[in-house]
Amino acid sequence: MGWIGEQVDSIKSIQFRQLLTQAISLGMIVTSALIIWKGLMCVTGSESPVVVVLSGSMEPGFKRGDILFLHMSKDPIRVGEIVVFNIDGREIPIVHRVIKVHERPDTEEVDVLTKGDNNFGDDRLLYAQGQLWLQRHHIMGRAIGFLPYVGWVTILMTEKPIIKYILIGALGLLVITSKE
Amino acid sequence: MHSLGYRANALLTFGVTILACMCAIASFSDTLNSPTPTARVQVLNINRFQKKPDGDDEVSMTLNISANLQSLFTWNTKQVFVFLAAEYETPKNSLNQVSLWDNIIPKKEDAEFWIRTTNKYRFIDQGSNLRGRDFNLTLHWHVMPKTGKMFADKLVMTGYRLPELYR
Repeated sequence: MGWIGEQVDSIKSIQFRQLLTQAISLGMIVTSALIIWKGLMCVTGSESPVVVVLSGSMEPGFKRGDILFLHMSKDPIRVGEIVVFNIDGREIPIVHRVIKVHERPDTEEVDVLTKGDNNFGDDRLLYAQGQLWLQRHHIMGRAIGFLPYVGWVTILMTEKPIIKYILIGALGLLVITSKE
Repeated sequence: MHSLGYRANALLTFGVTILACMCAIASFSDTLNSPTPTARVQVLNINRFQKKPDGDDEVSMTLNISANLQSLFTWNTKQVFVFLAAEYETPKNSLNQVSLWDNIIPKKEDAEFWIRTTNKYRFIDQGSNLRGRDFNLTLHWHVMPKTGKMFADKLVMTGYRLPELYR
């Protein structure tokens, strides 16, 4: 009980000015995180510059919990590239490899077919009903870089929300009770 | 000032920074490698060449693929994804790329290989434009690192002309 009492006392003893400093430093952390994220969006030109791999369909190249860096440029899509795409009516983006490209002359229109390296068949079963090809607007970006394991933090947090609340709570308490 | 929390925080920050630096260096070391892969692809036979009921042309062929991609492997290479694509132009499309065969090479020892195979993915045109059509065969590879930037390159092979008649 002594420890908790001490913490409560330390919360009580906080001066107004100190409280303000802590609020500002917390704000600094949040805003700098936001700046980094938005800056990455500008540099990569992709709506979500970093994605976490959620399925094993690209194993052994990408495993669950790996992080991919995306880049979206005006360059045409070519066979073999690993693209991240969104299917109409589905929330979760998919990371798969392009295996077929049919590009119209003059217009930017392109038909693309994808497949997961570890899947047996192509992705037509994953597409919307009756959809045979992906078009340009389905594609959010192409994967250019790769960092293993880091994404497990987000997977754990989305699958076990309690961990998220414990983490946020602990960090919040730390910020409030810490001096200096 | 020197509480447990601060020390743990400093240690964690330092550890993560070092790890990030090592990942960046490992990824950078890949750029020092200048690979010299070799490959040869032959179309041995056109097994089937038909117009499908929906009007699109389809080809089935037997291929002979031999390659030595060992020089692509570095200490930061997790796998090399290799695939063979047919590229051609039709009146409808300015570019058609169709993947015919692919393979995942996890080890350097497996990077020298030869294989006789039929096309793994269906070679179907958008329309009926394949009779007498020239296409290029290109061997592409995609180097996936243990961490960092991915690399891709290709070797353009000799082309092939499809027969004038269905068979």
